[in-house]
Amino acid sequence: MAVTAPAPLATRERTKRRRRLRDIAVGWSFILPNFAGFALLTLVPMAGAFVLAFMEWDSFTPPEWVGLDNFERMLGDPTFWIALGNTAYYAIGHIPLTMAASLGLALLLNRRLRGLGFFRTAMFFPYVTSLVAVAVVWNMLFNPTAGPINQALEFFGVADPPGWTSSSAWAMPAVIITSVWRDMGYYMVLYLTGLQAIPTEYHEAAEVDGANAWQRFWNVTIPSLRPTTFFVLVMITISSFKVFDLIVVMTDGGPGRATTVLSQLIYRQGIIENRFGYSSAIALVLFVIVLAFTAAQFTLQKRKEL
Amino acid sequence: MTDTKLDEETRLGAFESTVTAAMTAPEAERVVGRRPRRPRGGRRVSAARKALLYALLVVVVGLVFVPFFWMISSSLKHDNQVFQIPTQWIPTEFVWSNYVDIWTQIPLANYLKNSLFLAIVITFLQLLTGSFAAYGFAKLRFPGRDVLFVAYIATIAVPWQAYMIPQYIMMQQAGLVNTHLSIILLQAFGAFGVFLMRQYYLTIPDELCEAARIDGMSEYGIWARIILPLSKPALASLGLLTFVGVWNDYMGPFIYLTSNDLWTVQLGLRSFVGQYDAQYAMIMTGSVISVIPIVIVFLLGQKQFIQGIATTGLKG
Repeated sequence: MAVTAPAPLATRERTKRRRRLRDIAVGWSFILPNFAGFALLTLVPMAGAFVLAFMEWDSFTPPEWVGLDNFERMLGDPTFWIALGNTAYYAIGHIPLTMAASLGLALLLNRRLRGLGFFRTAMFFPYVTSLVAVAVVWNMLFNPTAGPINQALEFFGVADPPGWTSSSAWAMPAVIITSVWRDMGYYMVLYLTGLQAIPTEYHEAAEVDGANAWQRFWNVTIPSLRPTTFFVLVMITISSFKVFDLIVVMTDGGPGRATTVLSQLIYRQGIIENRFGYSSAIALVLFVIVLAFTAAQFTLQKRKEL
Repeated sequence: MTDTKLDEETRLGAFESTVTAAMTAPEAERVVGRRPRRPRGGRRVSAARKALLYALLVVVVGLVFVPFFWMISSSLKHDNQVFQIPTQWIPTEFVWSNYVDIWTQIPLANYLKNSLFLAIVITFLQLLTGSFAAYGFAKLRFPGRDVLFVAYIATIAVPWQAYMIPQYIMMQQAGLVNTHLSIILLQAFGAFGVFLMRQYYLTIPDELCEAARIDGMSEYGIWARIILPLSKPALASLGLLTFVGVWNDYMGPFIYLTSNDLWTVQLGLRSFVGQYDAQYAMIMTGSVISVIPIVIVFLLGQKQFIQGIATTGLKG
């Protein structure tokens, strides 16, 4: 066969097409078991959320297209503004503090020292502990009259320690402290990976040039860590805007509305009150905020690289 | 017949040794996030500074662990001793009976059983479908593959809150609200698992699959007999992350599970706090018990655990 004239063009075309079809079929057969679930439970709801935001729908009346009504209503809803402000407050506190704490831990643990593995594991521990247990314990630690934190503050001479979760001014700082404690181990792992990717030669060269520890930190470590820092920043930003369970368990948005955040509002409006349209509109706003921050961080990162 | 079989086995053996060699190469180590024994970025430390450093580390770990210490210590007290002034860090009398009484006070055994059931089923499904799909994304070429993968990745960044309402409506329509199935469906097909497994598969040389294809092995055979056995570390990472994630999840069960006999240990603990808010010691006992399974899982697999985070973390 091979020695005689090549197969006619039509046949070759056909086998080619058949092979292509087979590739597609095999490829899809691998992806489909996961994709079916993923499409049905993630992609479809995502598209649905986008449409629902422009509709009025509770479980009693059929859905109705209302255009931008939901967004107009949001502008006049004081709870929305309070929740937005609280979410921003949480993010502004949580992002820099977690980054500083996790970088500090990573720098401390990035050494050639026996037994460091134990310390790394220990620091990671708060992150794997269940959130409910964490929230319950910290709530007790923050107890305004007899909690160990205020006991310690009084011991060190603070005459009038804060009321923490029972005061509207101090509830958010209490939540932020707890979340920094919980998350720092996770980002520490990312920073450690970043630190270990920095070639030792950079530090040695700087040392030869007479740079002291502080100068080496600012001029070698920090610039070399930029990709890691960028990634960590994006991750922490996304997770800060999504904050939900910690607040639900620790303060349930209170006292009053002092710690109510956007995702709680989405939950209350959507699942408790069945105002599907309005709640999806708030969700869309949350999504746009997260997207805008992520995009801004990407652009800034690009500009720095140029 | 036996000849060809034997031949095949030696060939498979050869594959394995090639891969082992590839995996232990420094480059592969970096990509997979396996930490070299000696941190490259770290510097040598003199003896005097070493002592100081250890002291500092002990202090820092001590501070970070204060909440755990308080939790365990309080779980062994009487309720009225928990908030005694001044704070009792070590109970004067150890109330071990808390650990007996809690099982009758709340249906803790049932909560633990539910959590364990969900964690095991979801972890299994996630590993199976995730590694299967990852093979498609990492080792097969077909039109539309990359677009599809971008769709997967993009959704990782979308907060769950943004689409949980339509998801809830769909589940409600299907009559799945307040069933364990809803939680399983919600978490078993995550994009994250596909992403993690794909990142790992990319580090396995394509030549292995090519060679097997030439030998006439089907793609399914390659996945099952070559790729899967080679990806044990990644499977372990994903399995641990999923298990711990499901065990600790609060929001999913909180929204979907309303009847007490379906509750997970997280929901049970939370409602216990709401109902008996003065039983401080017992609440701490429940917290300790809810954390113990995670402590065990984490200590058994902490290496894979941290690797999993490092892998997905930096190879985006």
